[in-house]
Amino acid sequence: MITARGLSKSYWVARHRRGALGAMRSLVDRSGREVRAVRDISFDVAAGEIVGYVGPNGAGKSTTIKMLTGILVPTAGEATVAGYVPWNQRKSLASKIGVVFGQRTQLWWDLPLIESLELLRFVYRVPVDRFQANLTEMRSLLDLDPFLETPVRQLSLGQRMRGDLAAAVLHEPPLLYLDEPTIGLDVVAKARVREFLARINRERGVTILLTTHDLADVEHLCRRMIIIDRGRLLYDGSVEALRQRHGSHRTLVVDLEAGATIDGFVRDGVELVRADGPRRWLRFDREAVSAASLISSVVARAPVVDVAIEEPAIEDIIRGIYEGGLRAEPAVSE
Amino acid sequence: MRLYFEVARRSFQRHLTYRVATLAGLFTNAVFGIFFSSVYRAFYQDGERGVVADFTLPEILTFVWIGQSLLMLVYLWNWWEVADSIRTGDVVSDLMKPMDFQLYWLSRDLGRASCHWLTRFVPTFAMGALLFDLAWPGTISTWLAFFISVNLAILVSFGWRFLLNLSAFWLLDVRGINTIAVLVLNFFSGLLVPIAFFPGWLRTVAEWLPFRAIVMVPVEVFLGQRTPQSALLIQAFWVVALRLLGQVVLNAAVRKLVVQGG
Ligand SMILES: Nc1ncnc2c1ncn2[C@@H]1O[C@H](COP(=O)(O)OP(=O)(O)OP(=O)(O)O)[C@@H](O)[C@H]1O
Ligand SMILES: [Mg+2]
Repeated sequence: MITARGLSKSYWVARHRRGALGAMRSLVDRSGREVRAVRDISFDVAAGEIVGYVGPNGAGKSTTIKMLTGILVPTAGEATVAGYVPWNQRKSLASKIGVVFGQRTQLWWDLPLIESLELLRFVYRVPVDRFQANLTEMRSLLDLDPFLETPVRQLSLGQRMRGDLAAAVLHEPPLLYLDEPTIGLDVVAKARVREFLARINRERGVTILLTTHDLADVEHLCRRMIIIDRGRLLYDGSVEALRQRHGSHRTLVVDLEAGATIDGFVRDGVELVRADGPRRWLRFDREAVSAASLISSVVARAPVVDVAIEEPAIEDIIRGIYEGGLRAEPAVSE
Repeated sequence: MRLYFEVARRSFQRHLTYRVATLAGLFTNAVFGIFFSSVYRAFYQDGERGVVADFTLPEILTFVWIGQSLLMLVYLWNWWEVADSIRTGDVVSDLMKPMDFQLYWLSRDLGRASCHWLTRFVPTFAMGALLFDLAWPGTISTWLAFFISVNLAILVSFGWRFLLNLSAFWLLDVRGINTIAVLVLNFFSGLLVPIAFFPGWLRTVAEWLPFRAIVMVPVEVFLGQRTPQSALLIQAFWVVALRLLGQVVLNAAVRKLVVQGG
């Protein structure tokens, strides 16, 4: 469904100038700096897969998706999506893909949701009967009825997102790009979005490429994930393998009393990974060691002022891979 | 085609709901219409001028009121909807849809214009006709030619505004452009002073620019100063030229598209 080879995108950020004169000067003087948003990324997505595309802020996720929709032309590299080269055949590709940018809407702000959906029927030339059938299904799957007649600008974020999801699938695209579809949603709304995505993937065989900052989205939906950071591909593989390698560890952070030390502390399944002043980071395997027993054995050894337990967050895993390859550092931010 | 019709229809309906803006706009048109009419009347009567550059007093008053009536219909100033969507990045989802981007915006504009025919042109012109002695066409065919000419003026104006809006792909801030555009349009469309009043060389410049096709040409048709054929030729030329230019610039813009934000 998607083949990307060596995709790269650099932005040229021009120096900003103020006012009318500044605008004129920017036309002639093109000084600025280059931002390499995506660097040499290659991957394939097979039909029917749900792939999580994750990475910290500014990693290049949205940029990649924009290239794969054809809206951005890459600086280098190649891609085919549903048989098309996106940036050369944007219009032909458009009817094969559905897109949701969580931070924007493709609905018309001043029209009631239902009117937006009807306009999209004309945009994508969906036959009336197919449209009606899909609309009926979406109305029940996404529970659209309470706000079908509400202008989009008055919808809550969660309602708008459901409207956008319906809009993205009404023309029955075989491929769906979702850029942060759960951003800003509460737990219930998130669950509903996930359920909806799982369902159209299962029942309609829709291929999904999804970016998110919520690891739970990936855990619920994706068997495979791609991790990028600073434009580079760091990991492409199963979520399960990643979790086993990095996710089963937690970190105990202890602040020792001044002058105290736990150097030489040894216990199975526990590793002292970092020391900074009176603070120590102990990485432990949650299956082998319970937090309570670990704390008590540390306290038995040295006077402790404070303790905290840190779960491996998606960013930690990403950073862990980025910094230490497979030897996950429990990078703790201070 | 159905899409563009549906888009226009919704835009028409939306603009119908802007009642307060319409009333405020009509009031402004009336104030400026009366002001300019009084100035011209004083100019003609106190100077005991009969005809100035081919315009009699009723004709110049007609020019004033057509100008006021057309202002919003051709949306002479400050239309930055496309530029705004470029700046906010909303343009992305429009470009991603399998539709003709320029035609889409044209449909929106035509829906708006259809509304403004009713809510802005007709009332403003009627006001002028009630308050002043205007010059009326002698034949139905002149009325018809005028109607066609105004619609072409809307298309020319759209073509120009669309091009101007596309500059937002290159410039983060269009305010500078806006200032210059308002100045140029006020002057070279013939809104402020009929182009026939310009000194020779300036008139030549005005005749080579598209802007007179937006205000001056329909006025000339109404007053019988220009044949419908010549008006059609000028306006149709600019409609086609601007549409093609818009397409070329749009393609260039999309090629080097840099959408703001993530
Ligand atoms: N239009 C642009 N002009 C210049 N630089 C840009 C532009 N869009 C993105 N960038 C830069 O490219 C890099 C990647 O941005 P991108 O939006 O793809 O990241 P992302 O992974 O989607 O991040 P987030 O999780 O915050 O949405 C960032 O450094 C960003 O500042
Ligand atoms: Mg993003």
